[in-house]
Amino acid sequence: MTRYLLSVLFGLLLLPLNAAGDLRVFSCEPEWGALVTELAGDHADVFTATTAQQDPHYIQARPSLIAQMRRADLVVCTGAELEIGWLPVLMARGGNPKVKPGTDGYFEASAFVPMLEVPQRLDRAEGDVHPKGNPHIQLDPRNIARIAPALSERLAKVDPANAGDYRKRLEDFNRRWQSALQRWDHEAAPLKGMPIVVHHKSWAYLNQWLGLQEIGTLEPKPGVPPSSSHLAELLETLKATPAKAVIRAPYQDPRASEWLSKQVPGLVMIEMPFTVGGNAQATDLFGLFDSSIALLKGAQP
Amino acid sequence: MSSGVKACITVLALSLPVCVHAASADELADIRQQMETLQKQYEARLKQLETRLEQAEAQVKQNQAEISEAKTAPPAVATATYPEPAAAGTPAAGNAFNPALSVVLQGSVNSYSENPDKYALPGFQLGDEGGLANQGLTLDETEVTASANVDPLFYGQTTLSLSDQSNGGTEISIEEAFVDPTMLPAGLDGRFGRFYSDIGYLNRFHSHAWDFHDAPLAYQAFLNKQYGDDGVRLAWVAPTDTYLMIGGETFAGNNFPAGSSNRVFGDVQSLFVNVGGDVGVSNAWLAGVSGLRVNAHDRQTDVAGGATDNFNGDSNLLIGDFVWKWAPNGNATQRNFKFQSEYFYRDESGDVAVDKDGNSGMMDYNGNQWGWYAQGVYQFVPHWRAGLRYDRLSADNNLKVTSLGGFADNRSVINASGLDNNGHHPQRYTAMLDWSPSEFSRLRLQYDRDESLINRIDNEWSLQYIMSLGTHGAHEF
Repeated sequence: MTRYLLSVLFGLLLLPLNAAGDLRVFSCEPEWGALVTELAGDHADVFTATTAQQDPHYIQARPSLIAQMRRADLVVCTGAELEIGWLPVLMARGGNPKVKPGTDGYFEASAFVPMLEVPQRLDRAEGDVHPKGNPHIQLDPRNIARIAPALSERLAKVDPANAGDYRKRLEDFNRRWQSALQRWDHEAAPLKGMPIVVHHKSWAYLNQWLGLQEIGTLEPKPGVPPSSSHLAELLETLKATPAKAVIRAPYQDPRASEWLSKQVPGLVMIEMPFTVGGNAQATDLFGLFDSSIALLKGAQP
Repeated sequence: MSSGVKACITVLALSLPVCVHAASADELADIRQQMETLQKQYEARLKQLETRLEQAEAQVKQNQAEISEAKTAPPAVATATYPEPAAAGTPAAGNAFNPALSVVLQGSVNSYSENPDKYALPGFQLGDEGGLANQGLTLDETEVTASANVDPLFYGQTTLSLSDQSNGGTEISIEEAFVDPTMLPAGLDGRFGRFYSDIGYLNRFHSHAWDFHDAPLAYQAFLNKQYGDDGVRLAWVAPTDTYLMIGGETFAGNNFPAGSSNRVFGDVQSLFVNVGGDVGVSNAWLAGVSGLRVNAHDRQTDVAGGATDNFNGDSNLLIGDFVWKWAPNGNATQRNFKFQSEYFYRDESGDVAVDKDGNSGMMDYNGNQWGWYAQGVYQFVPHWRAGLRYDRLSADNNLKVTSLGGFADNRSVINASGLDNNGHHPQRYTAMLDWSPSEFSRLRLQYDRDESLINRIDNEWSLQYIMSLGTHGAHEF
């Protein structure tokens, strides 16, 4: 019996021996996993802690995530307190000082972009407020362009042996991203001023980039689920200022937006990809914005 | 020269400085006024210039921003152009390093169909926390937690608990006050100070994170609700895809199930192994086995009938725990389910002094005790959860009276000790419904059908609130 147990234990220990020499990257959200893959290619073994179907505010600090944190060489997260409900537990339990905040092994993307919606008043009576501003920064491709060089630099710092490769990959990525940006700006030009309704305040950066006009939110306050009285008010608002589409992320309950789109003739309901993996087209960062623009244009008559 | 002229000249000469002085005072006032006007003008101009400069700088910044936006400037420019905006209400320098503070307010209203003073779990010695919450409206416990990194090497956290004493005073107790070294390498994890042991599953959670108002019967009976003490922990996480954590602790042994500490390196030692992982994207699990070895000295417990037991001896506890969580696509915000079960086995041997009404009997005590519970909590719509729990305890205690010490006979010593269960196995059925408008507040209605006492069924109702203010730490799995 003891022998059997010991062999099982050893079996568990031997399980993880993966391709040696790879940089193990723990990415909190899919967009950063995708960016690391663009910038590091085969040099990085990327683990993405969440999927597009999960609300990144509320993730369980699962044992599997602790096990990944334990072995990570680099942790890439949004920051701005988006992961405050679960990342600290993984950090505390993972026993990996290489990736603690403040070390080279911890990269916070929100440190490299201008934050929107930084609250003037910190009061939880306002709902789920983020003191450092709206953390859903990935939806402006110009933010990706700001983060990429910093992330590439960090990859080179953590894995100096491949620094030259990271630089080359960054140049290549920048070139491709730049031409995509031009294409998107061109394609999305007709979307400027398009009035929309959003489920949660997760679209501030997309709105700013494309010049979308946010008429209202389904949630009365951030993080508070849509109530019937609030939806009735929203309906009144929409009579005065009609919107073209109501948009939400894949992890948000579709019922409120379905209801609203039925009440308002011409209001199109769109499930946006929100991040990489959010729909069949959003297989990488390029697909994320291709798909987002295509879906929004579909709602424009 | 006439004397008149002389006098005049003298007067003039004398008055000249006076005249000059008078003239210069007027002029000076004039000059000063002019200077002031000039200064004001200059200041105004300077201000104008400063404003212009600021505007120009802002313009440059904006241009830079536009440039960087237009063609993805190198990172240095991008970061320099957008310094991180100061957080709203940035604290003044003196308190900028304040620790993260949180306060948890808990209270309830409880109703029992049986007299809560007669509460007992036959066959078990109960610690002071092992009983029921106060009847009626009551403030359960107010928790204040402060935490921060101490320096690059240490993290510290303390939780103070404020609660009412039976005599009307307020008791402040240090629930936890521990330090974690943060730079231990290779998956090592340490802790020292006062903290809740990592044995079992529920033991490490503060009561505000429990899924029911009360602790499982097994926790009440075996661990006085929750075991925490002064000690040291070392744990290690294996570098595997499957989560594997092995650890051990040594505690002073000042709290139930120990008595008063007797050894330098403590009377209580624990060992635990936890294993966990995912099954697909929607399921996650955690299982553990842990042991607690206790050398109890003068463990005093009050028995419902008015007696006091004093135990000296060994108490060894073994716990198996299992938790399964389900959420569609791993997204717990809409719907989720949590199953949790723990099994306890304890072997106690030693002697018990039973004191009642001035009599003091002695017994040889050798007990084998079991307890388990299983519970399921389902979040059926966002913010609403319903839960069911079943609890059971059983004891097989071998009691041999060695000295009557004033008691009438062996039977009365044994009865007074509360350690004879007369073949009764306490059990309890619990149902709860809770509503959490946000992650910071929770209201809970709970019903217990408690069959702990022999031939008595206690119908227990409670309505409870849990409110958390300030920083709210992340919760473990």
